[in-house]
Amino acid sequence: MSTDYDVGKGDKIHAGKPVTVDRYTPGARVNHWITATSLVLLALSGLALFHPALFFLTELFGGGPLTRVIHPWIGVLLFFSFFGLFLRFWKANLWKREDGTWLARIRDVLTGHDERLPEVGKYNAGQKFVFWAMSVLIIVLITTGIVIWDQYFFEFTTIGQKRWAVLVHSIAAIVIISVWIIHVYAAIWVRGTIRAMTRGSVSGGWAWRHHRKWLRELVAKSSKGKSGRTPAE
Amino acid sequence: MFQPVPNPSTRPEPPKFGDQDLIRRSASTVTPPAQRQTEVAKLIDVSKCIGCKACQSACIEWNDTHPEIGINTGVYDNPHDLTPDMFTLMRFSEWENPETNNLEWLIRKDGCMHCEDPGCLKACPAPGAIVQYSNGIVDFVHENCIGCGYCIKGCPFNIPRISKVDHTAYKCTLCSDRLAVGQGPACAKACPTQAIVFGTKEEMKQHAEGRITDLKSRGFANAGLYDPPGVGGTHVMYVLHHADKPEIYADLPNNPRISPIVEAWKGVTKYAGLAVIGIAAATGFMHYLVSGPNRVSEADEEAAEKLTGEERRP
Repeated sequence: MSTDYDVGKGDKIHAGKPVTVDRYTPGARVNHWITATSLVLLALSGLALFHPALFFLTELFGGGPLTRVIHPWIGVLLFFSFFGLFLRFWKANLWKREDGTWLARIRDVLTGHDERLPEVGKYNAGQKFVFWAMSVLIIVLITTGIVIWDQYFFEFTTIGQKRWAVLVHSIAAIVIISVWIIHVYAAIWVRGTIRAMTRGSVSGGWAWRHHRKWLRELVAKSSKGKSGRTPAE
Repeated sequence: MFQPVPNPSTRPEPPKFGDQDLIRRSASTVTPPAQRQTEVAKLIDVSKCIGCKACQSACIEWNDTHPEIGINTGVYDNPHDLTPDMFTLMRFSEWENPETNNLEWLIRKDGCMHCEDPGCLKACPAPGAIVQYSNGIVDFVHENCIGCGYCIKGCPFNIPRISKVDHTAYKCTLCSDRLAVGQGPACAKACPTQAIVFGTKEEMKQHAEGRITDLKSRGFANAGLYDPPGVGGTHVMYVLHHADKPEIYADLPNNPRISPIVEAWKGVTKYAGLAVIGIAAATGFMHYLVSGPNRVSEADEEAAEKLTGEERRP
């Protein structure tokens, strides 16, 4: 019954010592890793065609022509795969009042003073930034990517439009790679995060430290669930 | 009359230019040869062209291409555009001269201009797929081409075409294979009126001078040479009777240059882009060194246990 915007279907507390909290369902994790793999392959194949010093990366894809063929198809895969993530996560990434406070105290975030930060839901403002940046950039990349996908879409745009598209595509790619670096670094830096996407759960302490509002919502939900159970259940 | 390139001897000779003469190579750096070969050029005198398309036929013949049989849509252009199998094309324009009220039939032989500063080569991401020889020829090397179409975006003249058969880019080679053995381009050889002549760039400029003087004496006050400086000059030049408005010749660009968008893409974006990515990674690394990992403490775990325990108590 919970109307909490950010509590996912599979989010669940397992009491014990230590407490564990389910954060991502197997479906969400598979979806995430398909997206992640596509993004890495796209970055490698895209960079190969972006800077001559990186052209050797085409060897990973079976040479230059195959890189040219495969890159846009991986892009299509990424688009649909990310769309799956978008449907799963968009609600929990809506901007909330505490996100502004969190951002204003970015210095405490970076120095690891989590105790000085407001309690946040399933995602903090940094994670929401990554989510929305990825969403917007992927739309920009797929749109400009189709414009420069000459094999199938050459006749639909002018050369002038293609020139803009290739420039915007490169800039968007650079930005998304940088956002990806932030995403991966944050997952490494904040210990106990990666298991959320591998095993699907985090420790209670992790949830308490970084997403206390979410944890409280889950606790409230599970106690409500118990007391408010109908006989039919 | 310009003396045509004589037939070469039938004895085998070493090629007149090759890889040692490269002054530019796509996506690579080359050491330019100490001595540059004499620059060559093809001069197309539009005022002498009769539109016979012998140049197109000679081009098809020499390059052994097989353009599709087209359809007539009421214009003389055939095929209707350059294709991967048609490296040169007569473009016919009917132009009403507002000064004389005369209808002028302008016929321009379109094709690669062999720019001194080639936009295709600048845009190309595949090492060695586009090369420029010191004599001025810009050539596509098909075994290195990956078919991405960046050359199309780089070209200020809309010349390269990607083949649907082998997915590589095609355009006029200035008959680099014929030139290498001392012959002239096939189109120049076939032209019955010497509207197309071939020689060194200097000879061509001089020859054009004479033609322009002649045209001016016949009332074409704006006759001139089309050797656009925006691309560093070209190794295919036109004599135009109305050089002040090249666009009337089937949209020949007035002041062609590599698009600033392409310059930005292949210039600042390329370097700044990698720098931004590098800085992002370095910042992460530095941050980790300075502040260390953000670990969950024992107290956090206990607080969570307390919270879940408390709330669960009925």
